[in-house]
Amino acid sequence: MKRPPGGLRLAWWDPAGRVGVVVLGLLGVAALLGPALLPDPLAQPDILGGALLGPGAGHPLGTDHLSRDVLARVVSGARISLAVAAGAVSLSVTLGALVGLAAGYLGGWLDAMLMRLVDAALAIPRLFLLLIMIAIMERIPIGVLVLTIGATGWFGTSRLVRAEVLRLRAMDFVRGAEALGASRRRIVFRYLLPNVAGPLAAATTLAVGDVILIEAGLSFLGLGVQPPTPSWGGMIFDAKPYIISAPWTSLAPGLAILLAVLSVNLVGEALARPLTRRNA
Amino acid sequence: MTPLLEVRDLRVTFPGTGNEVSPVDGVTFSIDAGETLALVGESGSGKTLTSLALVRLVPLPGRIAAGSSIRFGGTDLLALGPGALRQVRGRRIGMVFQDPMTSLNPVLTVGDQISETIRAHFPVSRAEARGRSEALLLEVGLGDTAGRYDTYPHQLSGGMRQRVMLAIALAAEPELLVADEPTSALDVTIQAQILALLDQLKSSRRMSVLLISHNLGVVAGRSDRVAVMYAGRIVEEAPTDRLFAAPAHPYTQGLLASLPRLRGPRRPLKAIPGMVPRPEAWPPGCRFHPRCAQVMPQCTSEPPIVAPGEGRWSRCWLGAEGA
Amino acid sequence: MPEPLLEVTNLAKHYPARGVFRRQPAVRAVDGVSFHVERGETLALVGESGSGKSSLARTILRLEEATGGVVRFEGQDVLGLDPRPLRALRRRMQIVFQDPSGALNPRMTVGDAVAEGIEIHRLLPTAEIPARVSGLLQEVGLTPEMAAVYPHELSGGQRQRVGIARALAVGPSFLVLDEPVSALDVSVQAQVLNLLLDLQRTRGLAYLFIAHDLAVVRQVAHRVAVLYLGQIVESGPTEEVLTHPRHPYTQALIASAPEPDPTVPVARLVLPGEPPDPSRPPSGCRFNPRCGHPARDARCLEESPPLRPLGPSTVACHHASMEAAEGVR
Repeated sequence: MKRPPGGLRLAWWDPAGRVGVVVLGLLGVAALLGPALLPDPLAQPDILGGALLGPGAGHPLGTDHLSRDVLARVVSGARISLAVAAGAVSLSVTLGALVGLAAGYLGGWLDAMLMRLVDAALAIPRLFLLLIMIAIMERIPIGVLVLTIGATGWFGTSRLVRAEVLRLRAMDFVRGAEALGASRRRIVFRYLLPNVAGPLAAATTLAVGDVILIEAGLSFLGLGVQPPTPSWGGMIFDAKPYIISAPWTSLAPGLAILLAVLSVNLVGEALARPLTRRNA
Repeated sequence: MTPLLEVRDLRVTFPGTGNEVSPVDGVTFSIDAGETLALVGESGSGKTLTSLALVRLVPLPGRIAAGSSIRFGGTDLLALGPGALRQVRGRRIGMVFQDPMTSLNPVLTVGDQISETIRAHFPVSRAEARGRSEALLLEVGLGDTAGRYDTYPHQLSGGMRQRVMLAIALAAEPELLVADEPTSALDVTIQAQILALLDQLKSSRRMSVLLISHNLGVVAGRSDRVAVMYAGRIVEEAPTDRLFAAPAHPYTQGLLASLPRLRGPRRPLKAIPGMVPRPEAWPPGCRFHPRCAQVMPQCTSEPPIVAPGEGRWSRCWLGAEGA
Repeated sequence: MPEPLLEVTNLAKHYPARGVFRRQPAVRAVDGVSFHVERGETLALVGESGSGKSSLARTILRLEEATGGVVRFEGQDVLGLDPRPLRALRRRMQIVFQDPSGALNPRMTVGDAVAEGIEIHRLLPTAEIPARVSGLLQEVGLTPEMAAVYPHELSGGQRQRVGIARALAVGPSFLVLDEPVSALDVSVQAQVLNLLLDLQRTRGLAYLFIAHDLAVVRQVAHRVAVLYLGQIVESGPTEEVLTHPRHPYTQALIASAPEPDPTVPVARLVLPGEPPDPSRPPSGCRFNPRCGHPARDARCLEESPPLRPLGPSTVACHHASMEAAEGVR
């Protein structure tokens, strides 16, 4: 069997992963270029006559109850959702990796303290934490939303990284580096981090899917991205009264969420596949 | 007298990029009742796959190619359905693998694992099975401590676990025992214990044994015949003392010359140059020829089987007519 | 007489008891080991599981901190060195590991791995490093083109050679070889052993060769020390120890070693019992539960025998005598 490539190229080599990469790519392109080519997602040209129109000429995905173009809103929402996901995951992965590295490599009381903190935080459901933090602030700017989601998402990653670091530390190649006289810094950056990157990348992509869903959920509850800024969750919230009468208003954002999360998961699983085989 | 096990032209194939590869490529051998055949080879020779193929445990996506024949006690094993196969696998052919750490179920007591095997093959009650398991534990040298039945694998050392593996393999009273590197993971002194146990069990139960190993020392005193595998094929087969005294195939000669020895005069080691080829890149003709000290022009075509009698043969152009 | 290159005196490495509920007991992995290695010679350390040989290797190099004892290398007190001079000392003593698959960083190319020591110690200007790496690769029997490949693309024997090249890159005078050929195929073992012998000749290296295979030891070692449960039970010139073993454990090791010669009778002396548990060493002589010596007595259970010279060897046994039991012929 041909050997799969290492690193991120694995996502392309793996057939399921490739599908995910393609779909994500399309979503990304749409998010970037779409708003320039589509009508203004906030415009309400004709509330009386143009609301809740089914898909047709001029409106490929129809209009919502305020006569706004659904496709334009979905694409705009993509920007928001993907940006929030990217921002929050970057934050949580960085935090998680730092804490995991410190705990795993330095050990001792620092390790014990950090892990007890993580244990305590993991005991509280994440949504709960988020709701509490959001309840404290009334209107949430998107930046704070990103920070909040990111700050509640690093616990699992830190455990994962710590476990990997502990495993790697005992391996001969790290001992060999120590025997050569490598400094701690060198060991962390050349020996530990590159070998943690694999499992970390897999966990990261899966986390992106999580965050998209969290953001959509929060927006659906009215607690995330605030109107009139389009967001997928918000669109579904708005479409609640029209689920039967104008299904495209909820189907479109729903499908978008599905596609985004599914494709991200396919990529994440493709990256994680060699790791599941490792213990053979 | 028909041999107990007859393997002919066994081929195991795996899909590769493009063409398929055959890590086991036309293996033929047989074992008589009560005989011990050693299958010797290094990694990449195909010896483990061969043993797995015998009981049809080849891991996917590998498969046993058409044209292979495995006959056990007269029955064609490759034609059996799953139910009939289960009658043979474990019952008439027992297997012991290399690594006792991962071969035992960590959540069952060792006694239960033996009993499980007994009850899978014989219609006996739990109590009866337990009784037999205790007897087996005694037979493999683990009966000294009462309550051994109820210990878990992690409470035992490597040597003890291997004894349990033997007990499980013997539980159904097989006629053939296949032991794949049974002592490679063990310390030398424990290895000696297990090999001695194996000898004793062999004679008390009159079993045939297929002993697979990379260690020529282990097979030297403990087998009747040796088959040497290289790159998916058997390149030489001979009665043990003949093989060691006068190896015919250059690979066998090279192996013996490269072994450090504890006894006899100390000589520099003569290493075989090069590396074992991978199945994707097997040389044409004789697969050993790029590394052979006695290579000749015709070695790039398929070498014939040379059988000078005395129950031995080798696959080599040396000594062949028309060489 | 010049000082030996490496002198180890009463080295001890104890792992403390851990865990509140699990109660992992304390393990005295290395418990009072003394030996020396001269320039350019090979001392083999032979032992099975529980002997403490790997802990010993790591402790000598200060990859783990010793619990007691003294290690002098090239006249310096290794265990007491500060970080800076220790780092400089690391250039002089290196290690090659057993398992080629875990010994190299999967994310570094062969060239990077070999160059690592040179970079860490800034031994050469950057521009000259590739040439040095090429030279080292060739010295260990690899081609310079291999500098660009990753470890997983190489065979076990090739990876082991890379490990050796990496250790040589910093110019050591002493190598600890921790079971360097145990994980290799038979035909590759001979290649690597011959390489090690060549390197010893051309570079004047001293080796501490840790192994469990006596035949391999005979091939490469000038002297041998046999370890059991953290202590040396017998040591001496290789041929002497192998032909005239005086400690019952050494005799058992030799008798258990499989010989690739069907005319040699199979081991008549099979050592009974299990490999020892270093967390619960027997009282008195640690070997006594498994010892088959005819003169074994109460003293063996109470008193741990000291190492005494006996002819050219030293032996730790109350009942060892000059007339040795069966060794190899």
